[in-house]
Amino acid sequence: MAHALRAFLPARAVLYEEEDTRPYECDGLTAYRQLPMIVALPESEAQVQRVLKTCAAMRVPVVPRGAGTGLSGGALPPGDGVLLSMAKFMRVIRLDARSRIAVVQPGVRNAAISEAAAPYGLYYAPDPSSQIACTIGGNVAENSGGVHCLKYGLTVHNVVALRGFTIDGDAVAFGSEAPDAAGYDLLALAVGSEGMLLVVTEVSVKLLPKPQCARVIMASFDDVEKAGSAVAEVIAAGIIPAGLEMMDRPATHAVEQFVGAGYDLAAAAILLCESDGTPEEVDDEISRMKAVLERAGATRMTVSSDEAERLRFWSGRKAAFPAVGRISPDYYCMDGTIPRKRLGEVLNFIAAMEKKYGLRCPNVFHAGDGNLHPLILFDANDAGELARTEQFAAEVLEKCVAVGGTITGEHGVGVEKINQMCVQFRPDELELFHAVKRAFDPHGLLNPGKAVPTLARCAEYGRLRVHGGQLPHPDLPRF
Amino acid sequence: MTLEQLRQRIGEAWARATPLRLRGGGSKDFYGNAPRGELLDTRGYAGIVNYEPTELVVTARCGTPLAELEKILHDHGQCLPFEPPHFGPAATLGGCVAAGLSGPRRAAAGAVRDFMLGAKIVDGRGRLLGFGGEVMKNVAGYDVSRLLAGSLGTLGLIAEVSLKLLPRPPCELTLRLEMPQARALEALSRWAGQPLPISASAWRDSELSVRLSGAAPAVRAAAQKLGGEALAEADFFWRGVREQSDAFFAGSDPLWRIALPSVSAPLALPGRQLLEWGGGLRWLKSTTPAQAVRDAAKRVNGHATLFRAAEKSGGVFSPLEPAVARLHRALKAAFDPAGILNPGRLYEEF
Repeated sequence: MAHALRAFLPARAVLYEEEDTRPYECDGLTAYRQLPMIVALPESEAQVQRVLKTCAAMRVPVVPRGAGTGLSGGALPPGDGVLLSMAKFMRVIRLDARSRIAVVQPGVRNAAISEAAAPYGLYYAPDPSSQIACTIGGNVAENSGGVHCLKYGLTVHNVVALRGFTIDGDAVAFGSEAPDAAGYDLLALAVGSEGMLLVVTEVSVKLLPKPQCARVIMASFDDVEKAGSAVAEVIAAGIIPAGLEMMDRPATHAVEQFVGAGYDLAAAAILLCESDGTPEEVDDEISRMKAVLERAGATRMTVSSDEAERLRFWSGRKAAFPAVGRISPDYYCMDGTIPRKRLGEVLNFIAAMEKKYGLRCPNVFHAGDGNLHPLILFDANDAGELARTEQFAAEVLEKCVAVGGTITGEHGVGVEKINQMCVQFRPDELELFHAVKRAFDPHGLLNPGKAVPTLARCAEYGRLRVHGGQLPHPDLPRF
Repeated sequence: MTLEQLRQRIGEAWARATPLRLRGGGSKDFYGNAPRGELLDTRGYAGIVNYEPTELVVTARCGTPLAELEKILHDHGQCLPFEPPHFGPAATLGGCVAAGLSGPRRAAAGAVRDFMLGAKIVDGRGRLLGFGGEVMKNVAGYDVSRLLAGSLGTLGLIAEVSLKLLPRPPCELTLRLEMPQARALEALSRWAGQPLPISASAWRDSELSVRLSGAAPAVRAAAQKLGGEALAEADFFWRGVREQSDAFFAGSDPLWRIALPSVSAPLALPGRQLLEWGGGLRWLKSTTPAQAVRDAAKRVNGHATLFRAAEKSGGVFSPLEPAVARLHRALKAAFDPAGILNPGRLYEEF
């Protein structure tokens, strides 16, 4: 394989010695590791196409990878295949201020797009917390969100076109700068497909005019459920805040030690409620939001007085994961989404699970869009704790499905949540996902074994968790 | 009508390989290639399944009249943000999603697909399948529900859909300015680069209409900046553009819907034009040969749809690149292996 790749890639772009491949053994989900057989680092579209054609001809699996910041193991390498690093695709190809479009290569960092657009008063809206490191190619694969997606949408709403290759090396382009491209919306299908349908080599994104001003309210509540109801009240008042985030007390305490964001440590939960737009709009919206939050029982409210204070309030939320990393040897981040009105119920459930498994679990929450990030604290060196953590997480994700939500809002399924896919989807639906995959990749070579479980795997998982004598899929053959 | 009846009907058609023509109110019969197959009328499967204003979500059955749905949302101060055209009082929600057509607010708010959160479908084998859900963020499995928007019922019968909603803007104001097309395009592009609450734009006959939507102070401030005259009968005007009851759309000449990058220069094609979406959509009433229209659109990286015409034998939608066409055929086979669902409606070959 290395020989075949070196026919058209320089020697330094084909790695197979363990010391060279070791850095690629995992992504942001470090609990899963696998040394890739080979790492390929192409730098042109023609090289990507040849890597894919070579692998397809030899029936060798390929796993694409961006910055490796993903949290679900989507870029976990194949032990018997090629890890295709897109790290060299770092160019902003075109930035057109007049049409407000940036055409970039997939290895360009999310934050770098906004930096390139800043001189024109424009920016790229989706802002996952890893935005200083994560790449746009990875964002496309995962349909990444961020803290402003209630108002500005996810990756799928902000990408207008993709270029790339199927596993057979066919060049394809989905979407366009012209709205409503003809045919099926393959662009929407490709976004969030976890690198299983195609390898993306160029991404065209929408740029938005930077809001003239933004201010954020930090509101304290003496009860988590009250904070949850306040979120619903804001929406019911016809307001779509630019950002609406919630953190519970364990989370604010962890963060405060780390970055000193100025949070109210006495509060059971705090809400960060942001408004952006023209100064007139922001003044109007902030006063309306304050009135709603006050009625909903906020015990204290602080409105950011300048840009420095606004960024400081956000710094705590954006640093929540590393902050938690400092108070525990390891943490496990969940990503369920629920209907907002079920928040109290789900938080109570999580509190019960903390007792059941003897593990702490601070909560940060994209409250505006119902996306929960409970962080289970554990010590990976304690095998018992790791196993308990996995059971804890599985119960919480299944609770999310039970209340009408989903097992993953923005981190993807990858290898991490593949068993819970058996709970969220029925066999016919999983089979349709496999059929969609085969339409793009008949031999199942692109990122195989991720995101969509086989029915056999679900049958096995179901056998392990029989509830009340009822198997989840009684119609399936058992192995 | 029950979901089970719909499922059985398609299951039987699959067993007998009988083509089906899926149809709601028939308000968009004119759109796409000519419908064919045994009629499956979806209007009997109607009604709202779940509406939670504070969750910004509605789930409704395909046969629900679009007007009825919009009325209920309106009463709760909310709306379908993509402002879909109805093309007649019979329009249903299922047809709205299947056609995937968005109205004047599209450039500001997004298209039908942008607000799809979930769907239940019956596929070409009569299997009832659910994708997505009622939550704002959901990346479990491929995003099949968005794929359905604009699929013209060729992938499955869209039985129920969940859509994201937005509050209705508290204040709207439409301004009218006199200017030729090139200047209008230049102005729209300049304004779009600024944080202005423009929610719709339309240019025809040297008149540019711009709708501002949002908080009253923001609308007032933007109106001062843009200038022009306030339009008194603004709702009537935008309804005319959306529903094609405006005088521009009268007459029997073919109507083309040309989508292109919004900053493209005026298209030099014979006939009359109406521009929307900040310049990204150009309606053309013209007897120009189809190939000439398609070529003109393609030269600027756009695409042309023969939206209304008596003669559509040359195809309605822009031809697909060969590799993309192959993916279309393979996806169609995954959802509808016997090719019984609205065959040929989108592209003749499937």
